[in-house]
Amino acid sequence: MKITLEHLTKKFRSKNKKDPNDVIAVNDFSYEIPEGKLIGLLGPSGCGKSTVLNLICGLEKPTSGRILFDGVDVSDVEPEHRGIGLVFQNYALYPHLNVYQNIIFPLQNLRGKDKLPKDVMDKKVMDAARLVQIEKYLERRPAELSGGQQQRVAIARALVKMPKALLLDEPLSNLDARLRLQTREELRRIQRETGITTIFVTHDQEEAMSISDYILVMNSGRLDQYGKPQDIYDDPKNLFVAKFLGTPPINVFEGSIKNKKLVIGEEETLDFDAPDRDVWAGIRPEAMIPDDAGAFGCELERIEVMGRDTSVVCRHPLCQAPTVRAIIAAEQAVGVKPPVARFTLKPSKVLVFDKNTEERIRPGAEAEDEK
Amino acid sequence: MKNKNLKAFLYLLPAILFLGVFMVYPLIDVLVYSFEEGYNSASQSFFGVGAYNYSYVLHDTYFLQALKNTFIIVIITVPVSTLLALLISLGLSSIKPLRNLFQTVYFLPYVTNTLAVGLVFMILFKKTAYTDGLVNLVIKAFGAGPIDFIDGPYWAKMFVMCFYTVWVVLPFKILILTSALASVKDDYYKAAKIDGTPKFRVFTKITLPMISPMIFYLVITGFIGAFKAYSDEVAIFGTDLNAAGMNTVVGYIYDMLYGDSGGYPSYASAAAIILFLIVFTVTVINLMISKRKTVY
Repeated sequence: MKITLEHLTKKFRSKNKKDPNDVIAVNDFSYEIPEGKLIGLLGPSGCGKSTVLNLICGLEKPTSGRILFDGVDVSDVEPEHRGIGLVFQNYALYPHLNVYQNIIFPLQNLRGKDKLPKDVMDKKVMDAARLVQIEKYLERRPAELSGGQQQRVAIARALVKMPKALLLDEPLSNLDARLRLQTREELRRIQRETGITTIFVTHDQEEAMSISDYILVMNSGRLDQYGKPQDIYDDPKNLFVAKFLGTPPINVFEGSIKNKKLVIGEEETLDFDAPDRDVWAGIRPEAMIPDDAGAFGCELERIEVMGRDTSVVCRHPLCQAPTVRAIIAAEQAVGVKPPVARFTLKPSKVLVFDKNTEERIRPGAEAEDEK
Repeated sequence: MKNKNLKAFLYLLPAILFLGVFMVYPLIDVLVYSFEEGYNSASQSFFGVGAYNYSYVLHDTYFLQALKNTFIIVIITVPVSTLLALLISLGLSSIKPLRNLFQTVYFLPYVTNTLAVGLVFMILFKKTAYTDGLVNLVIKAFGAGPIDFIDGPYWAKMFVMCFYTVWVVLPFKILILTSALASVKDDYYKAAKIDGTPKFRVFTKITLPMISPMIFYLVITGFIGAFKAYSDEVAIFGTDLNAAGMNTVVGYIYDMLYGDSGGYPSYASAAAIILFLIVFTVTVINLMISKRKTVY
C-alpha cells in the first residue's frame, strides 16, 4: 500500500499550562511512502517521529493535513479500520496470554461477516508464527521468552491480520547489541517475504542505514531529507543531517572559503569553487588520508586499533567536538607520527555548510548570489 | 555468611520478640484455654480438660445465630462491595473532569468514624414514635408501608447491616482498584484499539486479568474483614446484639468475655478457635484459587 502524507501537522497543548504556545510535534510533513518498501524514519529523541507513526496508524488525529492510503483519505478513519499493524517499543504483549493466544487475539476480534472459522484462524496463526520463527514457543507466556523472541511475537501479532502496512516503533531499542544486529536482518527478511510496506522508527542511524530502502530524516518535527541511505550519507542537505548520519560522526570545523579554497585555520586544505564566506567544514572520518605532505594538520593524540578499523584521534582548536577522528587503513598508520599528523582530504567526502543557515554549499553549483 | 545471618536476626529481633509476646503466645494460650473446662482467669484454675467448651459453643443458639449472621454478611457484602467498587473505579478512571473531586467523595467514608456513620444510618433507618425515618418516608412515597429496619423483621435488619457494611468497605476497595486500573499500561489499550478489539472484550480479556491480583487481594482481605465484623453491628443495633438477633461471631466472643452474660473465657476461646479455623480455611481456598487464576 502506498501511504501519502500531505502537509501533516500535529500540535499538542503545552504541558506547562501557563505556556500559551502549542508544542508542534510534526510540522508540515509531506512524503509519499512507496509500496512494498522498508522505510526508516530517523531522528533524534523528541523530533516527532513516533507522532508521525501514531498519525499514520490513527492513534493520533492530525491538527491539519491529510493521510492517504492508496489515494483514499483516511485522516478521519478510526485505527481499527485502517488495516495497519503496529509493533510497540515495549511490544505490549498481553502477559497473561501465551504466545498462541497473543497472536490469535486480533483475529478473535473480528465480528459479523469478517468472523473467521477456527481452523482458518489457527492456520493464520501458524503461518505468522512460522514467518517469525516462533512456532516452537506457542505455549509459552511472554515472561518466559527472551527480548528477541518477544519482539517476534509482537511482529507476528501485528502481521496475523495481513495488514496493508506494518509500523514499528523503535523495534530494536530494547534488545542488546548482538540481538539487535540479528533482529534487524530478521526484520529485513520478514519485510522481503511479506512485501508489506513497512515503516520503522529509530534514533539509531546505523540501524536505519543498514536495512532501509529509504530513510526519512526528521529534525524537530520537520522532514529534513529523504532518499536512499547511501545518497543521504554522501550528499546531506544540511549540517544536521550530516552530523546525524555516520559513525564515527563527521568532524566539523570552523572555516571559511577564500579565493576558491577551503581554509581551516591558516591552512588551505582544498580547492573549493564557491564565493568567499564563513562556513562549517564537515570532514568524514574516512576522508582523511595520512600524508606527510598533506594540506591539513592536527595535533596527534593517539592511534586506536579496534578490530579491522584503525582510527587516528587528534585535536584541533577549530573542531566543534573535543577530538577529531580519522579512520584509516591499518598499513597507513605507520606514517602517522607525533606531534602533528598531516592528512590529504578526499574532496568528495568533505562537505561544506553555510555558517549561519547550516545549509549545504555545493562547489561550483552556486552563482554569486550572496555577498 | 554466618555473621551476616546473625546480623539479620539481630535486626529482626525486636519484631520477633514483639510478635512472639503479643501474637504467638496469646494464640497458643487461647488454644489451651479452649480445652480447659471452666477456666477462671482470676483464680487461674479449671476443673477438667476436654472438648466440652466446643460442644457447648456449637450447641449454643446464640452462637449458631451469630455464625449464621456472619456468614450472610460475608457472602453478601464481599461480592457486592467488590463488584460495586470495580464499577465505580471503572467510572472514575474513564472520566477526566472532576475526577479528583469524585475520588475524594468516594474516599470520605474511609476516614470517617464507623460509629458516627452507624449513628447516621440508624437515624436514617430507625422508626420511632415520632417519625418513620427518612428511608421510610421515601418508601412510603412509592406506596409501600413503613418498615422498621432497626427493630423490625430479621431480613430488614440484615439488609441495613449489609448495606452499611458495603458502604463502609467500599472506599478502600475503590482506592485500590483505581490505582490498579491506572497501573495498566496504556500500550495494551492502544494495541487493542489498533486490533479493533470490542470494548467489552478489552475489559474481560485485558483489564480484568491485569488487575486480577488486586481483585483477589481485595476478596481475601474482604472475607477476613467481614468474618471479623463486630463494631459495625454495635454501631447500628447497640451493644445487646443477642437480643437484636444480629450478633456476629466476634460479638459472641466479646459477650462471652465481658458482656452481661460474660465471664466465660473458655467458651470465648473455643468460639475464637472455631472462627480462626473458618477464616483460615476460606483464606487457603481463596489463595489456591487466586494462584491458579493469576499466572503472571
